[in-house]
Amino acid sequence: MIEIKQLSKHFGKLQVLREIDLSLEGGQCISLIGPNGSGKTTLIKSILGMVIPSSGTIHFEGKNISREWAYRNDIGYMPQIGEYPENMSIGQVLDMMKDIRKIPENLLDTELYEKFELDKMLDKRMRTLSGGTRQKVSACLAFMFSPKVLILDEPTAGLDPVATEILKDKIIDEKHKNKLIMITSHVLSDLDDLVSQIIYMQDGRVMFHKSLVELKVDTGTNKLSKAIAHIMSLKQELSKETIYE
Amino acid sequence: MSKKIIKYVITDLLRNRTVLLYTLVLLALSLGVFLMEDNIDKGIASMLNIVLFVVPLVSIVFSTIYLYNSSEFIGLLVSQPLKRQSIWLSIAVGLGVMMAFAFFVGIGVPTLIFAYSASGLMLIVAGLLLSVIFVSLAMWTAVYIRDKSKGIGLAIILWLYFALIFDAILLFLLFQFADYPIENIMVAISMLNPIDISRILVLLEIDLSAMMGYTGAIFRDFFGTGGGMFVTLGVMLLWFAVPLWLSNRYFKKKDL
Amino acid sequence: MVVGMSHAATIHVGKTHAFKSIHSAIAKANAGDTILVHSGLYQEGNINIDKRLTLIGIDHPVIDGKKEYEPISIRVEGVTVKGFTIQNSGHSSMNDIAGIKIYNTNNVTITDNILDDNFFGIYAQESRNCHIENNRLRAYGKAEHFVGNGIHAWKSDSITIVGNEIMGHRDGIYLEFVTHTEVDSNLSQNNLRYGLHFMFSHDNSYLYNTFTSNGAGVAVMYTDRVRMEHNVFNENWGDSAYGLLLKDIRDSHIQHNVFAKNTTAIYMEGSNRIQMLDNRFENNGWAIKIFSSCMNNTLSRNSFIQNTFDIATNGGRMTNRFEENYWDKYEGYDLDKDGIGDVPHHPVSLFSILVERYPSMMLLFRSFMVTLFDRSEKLIPSLTPEHLKDDKPLMKSAII
Repeated sequence: MIEIKQLSKHFGKLQVLREIDLSLEGGQCISLIGPNGSGKTTLIKSILGMVIPSSGTIHFEGKNISREWAYRNDIGYMPQIGEYPENMSIGQVLDMMKDIRKIPENLLDTELYEKFELDKMLDKRMRTLSGGTRQKVSACLAFMFSPKVLILDEPTAGLDPVATEILKDKIIDEKHKNKLIMITSHVLSDLDDLVSQIIYMQDGRVMFHKSLVELKVDTGTNKLSKAIAHIMSLKQELSKETIYE
Repeated sequence: MSKKIIKYVITDLLRNRTVLLYTLVLLALSLGVFLMEDNIDKGIASMLNIVLFVVPLVSIVFSTIYLYNSSEFIGLLVSQPLKRQSIWLSIAVGLGVMMAFAFFVGIGVPTLIFAYSASGLMLIVAGLLLSVIFVSLAMWTAVYIRDKSKGIGLAIILWLYFALIFDAILLFLLFQFADYPIENIMVAISMLNPIDISRILVLLEIDLSAMMGYTGAIFRDFFGTGGGMFVTLGVMLLWFAVPLWLSNRYFKKKDL
Repeated sequence: MVVGMSHAATIHVGKTHAFKSIHSAIAKANAGDTILVHSGLYQEGNINIDKRLTLIGIDHPVIDGKKEYEPISIRVEGVTVKGFTIQNSGHSSMNDIAGIKIYNTNNVTITDNILDDNFFGIYAQESRNCHIENNRLRAYGKAEHFVGNGIHAWKSDSITIVGNEIMGHRDGIYLEFVTHTEVDSNLSQNNLRYGLHFMFSHDNSYLYNTFTSNGAGVAVMYTDRVRMEHNVFNENWGDSAYGLLLKDIRDSHIQHNVFAKNTTAIYMEGSNRIQMLDNRFENNGWAIKIFSSCMNNTLSRNSFIQNTFDIATNGGRMTNRFEENYWDKYEGYDLDKDGIGDVPHHPVSLFSILVERYPSMMLLFRSFMVTLFDRSEKLIPSLTPEHLKDDKPLMKSAII
């Protein structure tokens, strides 16, 4: 569904992405992990067209996304921090997004909207909302238009446990609908029961891209978090060695 | 451009406290001036200082801050199925319309009521143009400079330059080259500053009699004739279009 | 003469009357007769009135000079010409051909005529006690030397010029060496040079006239004891156009006039002992440009409103008195509420001095820089003349 070839990006002298090759398919729930500054967010933003790659290509369903915009109809994006025009109400933000997407009301997926009970605070101004409520609005917007691809940047940060569970259930539902879901997250344990694939990034490179099963076998552990920790310690030693060379 | 985004930008700005305050302050100032002053042109002359000083300052600084505060939201819009150009131009139109609207309510309407005259109309035209021109300059500032405080700093410097420093340079040139026939060159140089263009256009109405004198006549011959007026308005539109065009070109390639 | 008056006859001229031409009527008439000319076109070359006659036009008969002749010449005293349309006089650069010309005589009355497209309009030379009233003069001059003056008097005395309208001539009213004359309630508009122009014309008065949009306004020179009252000077626009240019005028009175929308309302040099009172200056570029060659003038109870500059001067010692004028630019206060500001007003701004020196500075007028300059100069005067001030500025205009 998404083919990334030789993708590189630098901001000035800073190389953020280095020759990334990835192939992502529907039905996968991918956890994109890596230390801070490893290029996760830049990779996501490249797919979303928010960052223009320095070189390389991204194809979405076979079409190069460079200078394209219509493909984003098929992507739902939940940003890390949802900032909205401060004087608009929740209702107006929802209306605006509906206007942009032009999807008829009866085809909208309003499950999160109902479960988060946003209907009770439609008139609240965005500037009066807590971080958690903003995350709820962001999540609701990402899922509302039943996109083929969901890109969730730190989705559970700031959400209370109840909301986190609602969101997780929703993600699992969507995975079963053969959708491609990309999640970046630091809180690994949250993701254990969702993830089918892991992409580990460091210093702008994809260190590996494996299924959860493969990873567990390779590392000999059952828990995702332990597997990751194992990998990270290995990789760090490896990178030290490369420096010594 | 996207009508929806324009609509939502305007909805947001209509409830913005700064915009409301700006409108009310302009309204209070113009009512104060016009109710105390019975000579229309004298009232216009007082209003001119506000239009040349306050309107550009608020337009550029407010718009710059608004753009920085909206940067996350602009990013979100870019992740939506929308063309970048239509997002950027829609925000420009929304901001421009609102700043022009605030000016029109605050100064335009009182001027039409209390000082309906050629000079009053010229003042309104100048104020509307300055509003959108300084929004356009703000778009340019905010897109090029990523850091908010540096961006606001540049906006203030740009305003200082157009409102004060430019005239100081002009004054210096005038003293330096007073012995040469520099009137035409001065007219050309004044075109490099939209605030000066506005000032001269209103000047030609309220100080018409003095402007009919020798030097004034040169300015009047240029600004007052149909062709000169056409060129002048053209230059004002360029002052709106060029920064916006540059900012849009940059925005299309910008990493958010 | 006396016999003729007692037996005054009335002679009719017209298509249906015994006399078909004015010439033939004049030839037959005796001094003191009245000739009534009925409407029609009379192209008779020059009509020379050499008898004391009264010529009255009925329904404005047209006397046409065919661009060749002087339509009417008056060479004897006591002639009246009334109610004609006189047009197309000859044009000449050698002698001053006029629609009606009065040659060296007295007691002539010219009233209610329409003068159209003549070189000079009504011309009096070396004449006395003439009365020129309620005529309408119009010429279509494109350049000053192709057209003469509307009402022109030279070396004359005691002329009354009342209620005339003059347009499109070189000077509307021109007087040279003319004394004891009254110019009253005339409208002089859109003339190529001056609306009113006089030189060496002492003891005249100019009342209730309107001088509008003339090429260079009004210019008066080398004259003593002039009274100019209740006149309106407006819309005289241009670099060398003045509402009123005073050059070497002495012991004169300029009162209750209105000066509006002139580039320079009053320009005065070499003028002394003028009483300039109760005038209103509004929307002018410069209200008064007064040169240091002007001495002992008094400016009082005038109102200065929305002029770009109120007073400009070339500096020097000023012996002119400014007192109890109303200046709309005055920013003082009146704590004792006597209607007179408690601090003096300095009507010369720094910027006006700079503009005199560097005319291009006008480009920067009303810019913040310039306002700042003027403000600081008001606090610490350095370039503006300290002694040019109004010690008793009025808080309210004395004129309604």
